[in-house]
Amino acid sequence: MYGRGLKPLSIASVAALIGAFALVFFYAPLDADQGFIQKIFYLHVPLALVALGGFVTGGVYGIKHLRSGSREHDMKSYVAIHLSIILGVATLATGMIWAKASWGAWWVWDEPTLVAFLIVFLLYACYQPLRFAIEDPDRQMRYAAVFAVIGGAFVPLCFMSVRFAQAALVHPRVLDQTGGGMPGSMFFTFLVALAGMTLLFVTLWKFELSSKHARAQLAALRRRVASA
Amino acid sequence: MRPVVAALLRKDLRLELRTRESVPAMVLFSVSTFVVFRFALDRERLEGDLAAGVLWVTLLFAAVLGINRLFVAEREQGGFDGFLLAPVDRTAMFVAKALLLFGFLSAVELVAVSVYSVLLLGPSPFQAFPGLPLVLALANAGVAVVGTLVGALAVQTRARDLIVPLLALPLLLPIVIAGAEATAPLLAEGGAGALPGRWLAILGLYDVVFGLIAVAVFDFLLED
Repeated sequence: MYGRGLKPLSIASVAALIGAFALVFFYAPLDADQGFIQKIFYLHVPLALVALGGFVTGGVYGIKHLRSGSREHDMKSYVAIHLSIILGVATLATGMIWAKASWGAWWVWDEPTLVAFLIVFLLYACYQPLRFAIEDPDRQMRYAAVFAVIGGAFVPLCFMSVRFAQAALVHPRVLDQTGGGMPGSMFFTFLVALAGMTLLFVTLWKFELSSKHARAQLAALRRRVASA
Repeated sequence: MRPVVAALLRKDLRLELRTRESVPAMVLFSVSTFVVFRFALDRERLEGDLAAGVLWVTLLFAAVLGINRLFVAEREQGGFDGFLLAPVDRTAMFVAKALLLFGFLSAVELVAVSVYSVLLLGPSPFQAFPGLPLVLALANAGVAVVGTLVGALAVQTRARDLIVPLLALPLLLPIVIAGAEATAPLLAEGGAGALPGRWLAILGLYDVVFGLIAVAVFDFLLED
């Protein structure tokens, strides 16, 4: 049921990622101040944006679950958040490498974007402990959905309040009105990398959904065999 | 809805007056935390940023204690079942609990801020009027709303005492940021600075956003 279209999707995401990295290394110009290390930007920023998008998607499916009570929407919300937590770890790791290379420290507190991402990540790190501390499956789904909705609203609010806390901004703001002052070739490469990462997220999401679905079907069949 | 909220609130206040479970514990905890900070920071008087930070950390942790206890009686004594059997709007439970938590926090702050200004605060606390009560009231509203949600989420889990602080601390961080930034100039040595309006706006926005979300999702936490 979730397996349909998985093969072309996988091929497309592999192709997009290969294309993105080819562009990163052979097409995008070297950054004038930062040199080669700036290339991590094409990995770090798509990871972060896709992770945040995944958290919000989890919230949207949480709302859908609360309205319909269907198990599928809960699974979609759960898998989106669960994958986004993994991407969040990768975002923090690549961000720290970039920070060490370009600012000279592994962590900088006067960076609203870093701090806000960390707070959001810490909140979502509680998703699984909360979910699996509830035994009743219906209640588990409902409570996880409530958490997903609260978290989905918290993401923009947290970024806003932390950004207000610091007047001076060093962190490059990629998606402002002017395109971050990047030359067109860099922006194009970034967009391809973002598309590749989004495709990868969707592919992994569908893979995990189909595997969970298959496992549930298998368990149901086993029960039927055992009772027959 | 109003009579239901009033009835629930009366019940909870009576319970608190008879058992004295939450507010005295929160007050005692705040005072002990001030003493801990005095030695941990090795400072006898605090002012400005540091004074605001210590105050907000203490109030945040005291609030977590209160959030932890908020729904325990309902669960253990069958309060949820009784409420769900009654033909009333379920949002009433949320409103009553949020008002109760708001009241608890205000009572705790009344004592804690007085003790703080005697024990640790360098500048006179009167220079912070009327800014400080305003910031505290806005922050209390946010803590009450989010705390009620977190308390209701956590009370049905196996590890309630763990889940509450883990969930509440990141969710309440914007309040601490805005609260500490807004109170720092009020507690500055040598006269209070102006109250920064944008932090009040952030606190107000937080209250409104989470208030709306809470009203929308709280019903699902009671459904059974």
